[in-house]
Amino acid sequence: MDLIAILVLVAALLALGVLAILLTRQRAATPIVYGGSLVLTALALSLAIHHLLFSAGAEQRLWLPLGLPWLGSYFHLDSLAAFFLIVVDLGAVAASLYAIGYGRHDASPGRVLPFYPAFLAAMNLVVLADDAFTFLLTWEFMSLTSWALVMARHREEGNARAGFVYLAMASFGTLALLLAFGLLAGSTGAYAFDQIRAGKHEALLASLALGLAILGTGSKAGLVPLHAWLPLAHPAAPSHVSALMSGVMTKVAVYGFVRIVLDLLGEPLWWWSMVVLALGGISSALGVLYALMEHDLKRLLAYHTVENIGIIFIGLGLALAFRSNALGLSAALALTAALFHVLNHSLFKSLLFFGSGAVQVATGQRDMERLGGLIHRMPFTAFTFLVGATAISALPPLNGFVSEWLTFQSILVSPQLPQWALKFFVPAVAALLALAAALAAACFVKAFGVTFLGRPRTAAAAAAHEVDRFALAAMFGLSALCLLAGIFPGAVIDAIGLVTQPLVGAQMPAQLGEAWLSIIPIAASRSSYNGLIVFVFIGLAVFASTYAIHRWASRAVRRSPAWDCGFPDPAPQTQYTAGSFAQPIRRVFGTLVFRARERVTMPLPGDASPARLEVRMRDLIWEVFYEPIWGAVGFLADLLNQLQFLSIRKYLSLVFGVLVLILLVLALWQ
Amino acid sequence: MTGLSFDVAHVLAGGLVLVSFILLYQDRMYPLIRVFALQAVVLSLSVAWQAFIQNAPHLFITATIALGFKAIVIPVALHRIVHRLGIHRMVEPVVGMGPTMLFGIGLVALSIGVMLPVTAQASTLAREDLAFALAVILLGLLMMVSRHNAVSQVVGFMSLENGLILAASGAKGMPLVVEISVAFSILIAFIVIGIFLFRIRERFDTVDLQALQRFRGGQR
Amino acid sequence: MAIIADLLVQGAQMLLVLLLAPLLTGFVRKVRARLLRRQGPPLIQPYRDLLRLIRKEVVVADGASWLFRAAPYLIFAAIWVAASLVPTFAIDLIFSWSADLIAIVALLGSARFFLALAGLDVGTSFGGIGASREMMIAPLAEPAMIMIVFTLSLLARSTQLSFVVAFMSGPDVGLRISVALSLVALIMVALAENARMPVDNPATHLELTMVHEAMVLEYSGRHLAMIELAAALKLLLYVSLISAIFLPWAMAVAGQGIEAYVIGLAVYLAKLVLAGFMLAVFETSIAKMRVFRVSEFLGTALMLGLLGTLLLFVSRNL
Repeated sequence: MDLIAILVLVAALLALGVLAILLTRQRAATPIVYGGSLVLTALALSLAIHHLLFSAGAEQRLWLPLGLPWLGSYFHLDSLAAFFLIVVDLGAVAASLYAIGYGRHDASPGRVLPFYPAFLAAMNLVVLADDAFTFLLTWEFMSLTSWALVMARHREEGNARAGFVYLAMASFGTLALLLAFGLLAGSTGAYAFDQIRAGKHEALLASLALGLAILGTGSKAGLVPLHAWLPLAHPAAPSHVSALMSGVMTKVAVYGFVRIVLDLLGEPLWWWSMVVLALGGISSALGVLYALMEHDLKRLLAYHTVENIGIIFIGLGLALAFRSNALGLSAALALTAALFHVLNHSLFKSLLFFGSGAVQVATGQRDMERLGGLIHRMPFTAFTFLVGATAISALPPLNGFVSEWLTFQSILVSPQLPQWALKFFVPAVAALLALAAALAAACFVKAFGVTFLGRPRTAAAAAAHEVDRFALAAMFGLSALCLLAGIFPGAVIDAIGLVTQPLVGAQMPAQLGEAWLSIIPIAASRSSYNGLIVFVFIGLAVFASTYAIHRWASRAVRRSPAWDCGFPDPAPQTQYTAGSFAQPIRRVFGTLVFRARERVTMPLPGDASPARLEVRMRDLIWEVFYEPIWGAVGFLADLLNQLQFLSIRKYLSLVFGVLVLILLVLALWQ
Repeated sequence: MTGLSFDVAHVLAGGLVLVSFILLYQDRMYPLIRVFALQAVVLSLSVAWQAFIQNAPHLFITATIALGFKAIVIPVALHRIVHRLGIHRMVEPVVGMGPTMLFGIGLVALSIGVMLPVTAQASTLAREDLAFALAVILLGLLMMVSRHNAVSQVVGFMSLENGLILAASGAKGMPLVVEISVAFSILIAFIVIGIFLFRIRERFDTVDLQALQRFRGGQR
Repeated sequence: MAIIADLLVQGAQMLLVLLLAPLLTGFVRKVRARLLRRQGPPLIQPYRDLLRLIRKEVVVADGASWLFRAAPYLIFAAIWVAASLVPTFAIDLIFSWSADLIAIVALLGSARFFLALAGLDVGTSFGGIGASREMMIAPLAEPAMIMIVFTLSLLARSTQLSFVVAFMSGPDVGLRISVALSLVALIMVALAENARMPVDNPATHLELTMVHEAMVLEYSGRHLAMIELAAALKLLLYVSLISAIFLPWAMAVAGQGIEAYVIGLAVYLAKLVLAGFMLAVFETSIAKMRVFRVSEFLGTALMLGLLGTLLLFVSRNL
């Protein structure tokens, strides 16, 4: 059956990781490992698709005598797990295909190759785990293997610190999840998910578990304010790993949240949705504002992941709100929007990271301010990056727009919620979501425009070359999927319906039977969208206008230097830079959010020294949250450090004191 | 309560909230006073409409008092005081215009969220008037709190009182409204004059006009 | 047979918006000129300009890529598709169920995305200035637009334009202040999106005051013609949107027969004339704002939209 087959494939991936240790010196190691991963994850993907679509999501369970002796390991495959397996393995297939070509440029493959298949195996196992111990074990395994991959180039500046922050945050997240599962399992130690699901949890306990689950899964997913490790760790890893961490591992965290909150906790309380909505809204707005201020292409993409995770959590929060008020259909709509965005984001974020990896390989630069004009030197990469940028900016007819449209539709049915606080809060979140979506478009105009368009700003950019065909194959494949998911969204929505049915007790009306393949989330009188018609109309309009113009009007083209209002300057430094592009937005939004202050020092007339523009920004979240905690930890550590330097008499008195204390406690406890 | 009469009352009360926002947005003295006069006009229209649909003639008197005192007399007085004292024309908000306005929207949401569930038993018109009146009161308080300038604080206080009048007129059967309105208006006028005298004394250590002449310069 | 008739009417609307767009622009320019005591260009001058431009040779900068040459067609296509979905003289046309308000706004966003990229493509500073300012205005206008959509969908229980128009022309609307606030907010957003005063000056020749014109500075010939036609279409789209939602009377319903269509068309033309006249008067009576005051302008539109939504909660739940 599918579950056993997938577990066998996972074991094979782990074996491949071990094999990679043995093969590191060989030149063939890279294609073997990545090719093997490609084949294994492709098989897992097809099994997951088969399970979701053709077995109607029937549950399969398995118990293995591994792990704790009195517990064993439970694994199970239901529709939710199958959907997330599809997301994970699709990302893994694309990354492995990309890495067959990209991996050749790796300076130290021995640090990457053994951990890569292990990372893939760990992500698959997290989704399949059915008891708390297995879940936590595989979750930590996933964190550790990705940490090893982040530290692969540890001699580069900043990577060691990134790895350290990542490890600290991952450990914190696992601790939170440990406590959450402990609360849910109770004093009887009922760790299996079945037992947790069947148990009755009182409101206070469930709310505490929710808070801990948000801390644990949110820190891995990248919710503000727990996102600080994301922009450090994701760019430090090699590009295919960054794509996996941003596009896939964050979705595994979302899976953890959905599993715990929507499945294990039972009936939600209405105010839980306020917390999730608030965190989602703030993450989406802040994530994209941070991204706009970045010049490093990969850090920009990492901050953007924070924004998209915010959008997903907005959808999940709405699903919680509707479900707690027994509005099943609306909950299904909101959950479908969130899950659709999970799939979409894994597709286009992987695509964008692949593109940035290609740029880094071709030019050796990650900083946008040193690139430019790459569309001429790397046309295919530029095209796929453009498709990814259009998709992530939620522009029709691509897939990003569909999930955002569904989220807006679920926001628009929110007035039926009875709680006044929710009634007012959801429009505010809607405004934040619209702001984030528009800022995302601005961010990607900047990213694509400064990197690929214009003229090359350095010699490295002028000497770039196109990447190998494996990378291009992966990128074109993902672009095609983005387009298909955008023009045939009904199929995806129907597949997700099988997932929402057991979670919220309802699913969206069947979409595939609708006229002209449009999607109608609630009722035809309410709203409908047709990606195929939009795509066809735009295509017809382009064709008609091109034909009309070329037939009856001039077709002549002449090349000449740029007009530039009569003041053409051939120096590439006169172009707009990333910083100058973001300046208006920095002035409007950044003054409040980042305390951005600009200072211009102009030299006096007659002075030939250059003028200076200084921009000062502060990361308030780092200053308010992380630095005090860091300071407190340091302070405590210094205090405790005194214990290292005690005399023998003091050590003996310490032991004596603890012994007396334990005896006292025993005496009082009787 | 027919649809049209409710709709007109709704428009006028909502218009009062909108004018409170415009009042909050103003950063120059003379337009501030003019918008305050506009608020008083809208208030008097709203009260007059209430008088019409409730068949309560004493509210017409309240409307006339609001129109006379708050739309004409007090703005003119403030205008002349501002002009004579030459008070700085630009009024700076403490936090910044954007956050102040957003907070104002939050206050409107809060007052609606508080008032509507609480008054579930009352008539629809009264509920709506109370919700909007609380919004106007809170916005007036916000205006008092978010400004550095004394005149804008006084204007905020008077707009707060406009909200009280709206609430009083919406709830039926309050025959003392007339007396209360008059008393309040006179009280306000006294407070306005008192604040200014206080300020003058603070600045020049005297309210003696002869002594002030010396500080004006030019004219002896 | 009925299908063919419906398709013909929908096709007629698509052609109608294409033909009327330059006329609206010409009318606004003529009224502005008259208000400034000038003769002004003839009403059909935009048509002449477009015909002249498409016959000219295109001059492309050396560093420009295929995106620069393809963008005008993409922009024009996206805006034309959006404009032909907005009801003009009739509602419930055959493809009207795909006329979702959010989809239309997003199609305009696509066009703006490619226009900004084209501005950055040539690698000049003017293109950059236009693109960066345009991308500052867009995130301020979109939340306001969403609030307006929210208000309308609360009222009409739909985001599909035909249903919204049908509701607004029916008896259930009543005299609501939220509708007035949404109208003012939508007018402010429309002014910002169409690069009209007080946000941007469509007739300016000073480069540093441009937003839209700076992005298309390098375009010439047929490319420029496509972009100008697209800009005129966008103006017509917004005018049609405002008049369809807030002045929804005398619009034909599909299938009512040729008389209803003719009446609808005549009333639509009258609405265009009214809107064009008011736009010209407004533009002549106000000065262009500093670029960084546009954020306050659009912030006010957002406030009005939010206020309209909140006040609607009060009136609908009683």
